[in-house]
Amino acid sequence: MSIEVKNLTKSFKGRTVLDDISFRVEDGEILAVVGLSGAGKSTILKLICGLTKPDSGEIIVSPGDIAMVFQYSALFDSLNVEDNIAFALTERKEFKNKYTKEQLKEIVAQKLKLVGLEGIEEKMPHELSGGMQKRVSFARAIVTDPNTILYDEPTAGLDPVSSTMIEDYIVRLKDELHASSIIVTHQLSTIQRCADKVIMLYNTKIVYSGTPQDMISGGNEYTKQFITACINGPMKVAGSEDPEN
Amino acid sequence: MKKVPFPQNSDTIVLMNYSKALDILKQSATYNLAKLLHAQAEDFFETLGEMGIRTLQVVKLIFSDLFKREMNWKLVIDQCSRFAVDSLPITLSIVGMSSIIISMQVAPEMVKQGGEKFVGMLMAVVMTRELGVIMSGFAIISMIGSAYASEIATMRVTEQVDALKVLKVNPVDYLFVPRTVAGFIMMPFVVIIASAFGLLCGGVAAFLSAHVSRLNYISSLWQGLYIKDISVALAKAACFGAAIAIISSTCGYLAYGGAKGVGISTTKAVVWSFVAICIIDYIFATIFFF
Repeated sequence: MSIEVKNLTKSFKGRTVLDDISFRVEDGEILAVVGLSGAGKSTILKLICGLTKPDSGEIIVSPGDIAMVFQYSALFDSLNVEDNIAFALTERKEFKNKYTKEQLKEIVAQKLKLVGLEGIEEKMPHELSGGMQKRVSFARAIVTDPNTILYDEPTAGLDPVSSTMIEDYIVRLKDELHASSIIVTHQLSTIQRCADKVIMLYNTKIVYSGTPQDMISGGNEYTKQFITACINGPMKVAGSEDPEN
Repeated sequence: MKKVPFPQNSDTIVLMNYSKALDILKQSATYNLAKLLHAQAEDFFETLGEMGIRTLQVVKLIFSDLFKREMNWKLVIDQCSRFAVDSLPITLSIVGMSSIIISMQVAPEMVKQGGEKFVGMLMAVVMTRELGVIMSGFAIISMIGSAYASEIATMRVTEQVDALKVLKVNPVDYLFVPRTVAGFIMMPFVVIIASAFGLLCGGVAAFLSAHVSRLNYISSLWQGLYIKDISVALAKAACFGAAIAIISSTCGYLAYGGAKGVGISTTKAVVWSFVAICIIDYIFATIFFF
């Protein structure tokens, strides 16, 4: 077992976002979390990596590092690519003075190679394209060889080619690190190419849980509406309700 | 003719009147003003509480970092150079101009009254006790405090602070501690340089506006420089530096939303820092000069 979420409930300012959510991600497995905007997908990631605390419920994660790739990369804009990637190794107290400058350079080069970005160590984040920033944030996330990786909309705002590249890296990282991953996404291609399991959130609950193949071939009325991007269906987008009713 | 539903009993009438009165009250200016004041008071106490918590955390972390020899001196030095070097031109301008203005107004009057020999002394007392420190503080707030707040606020709204937490780096230790230590160390140096420059400008202004001789100005200047005044000014400067760093960083850290949130936090940092250094100044004046 790598990640186990049991009866998780979370609310913000009296509004329940997640209500009694439970799921499990095994070692080396990728779980995709889908749902409408505001369904609480990113909240799940923030709860797992400890950025916010649940109202009730339990999150059990296997010992080891948890890494997160943020939606907008969240690279430190005052540091260059090398310092961004080596950040955890230079600033985290447990790693301080553990690595020499040469070792750090080597590790950074290795991680950059893994995401296909050699030779950009000296560049600042604002000099990189969105796709490159995302890949640098991948490199930063995996620098401590985590056993759990969380991705918050990793392909959002990217062109289809860059998205495919990112999806390939997600699969590659899973194979190389044998890490358990959770991907929050809206993209069907990401689900198809990367995920082993899918859960769908709507109205604070999990309304679908299964494999990507089952979701695409059949699923239920919720997944059908999601895949066909149809306005009419059981899911209502906030603010789209008929004003007459 | 439109039918008006007839109230069934007296309770219904009371309820209807109550809800109508509540609606009218909610539309009134007094209610909205009270609501606004309530929100402001809530925000004030929330920020004050947060500042208290952060100050305690920062002090604890500084001592623990020093004790365990885990202080990130590279970051401290970076912040020191930023604090002193970047802010120096604006600090010198503000202190120099204030000094010139005071000297231009005071020197002719003193010469008229036969007090030419005391112009330097007066300038020295004014500069070391008050002007040098407070004006440098104002300059540092506008230059460095606002930069700290907007920088940390931007990090907050772009999830960089969350990234720090996920990478298991304590944001208070990484963002607050180096800035506070830099403020505490560098502010006295800034004040010494700015005050010296202020006294020089004051001398030039006294000469140009009232023909106070260089010799008279310098000789009386030494009479106005007291060890107590200088040490109190330096201690006050160190407190100002630390306070500006903690307040500005806290305001930035509390930011939420987008560009508007960054703007609000920067404004808040400037206002709170101004008020804080005035209060610290008052406390020092009460303790040492009364």
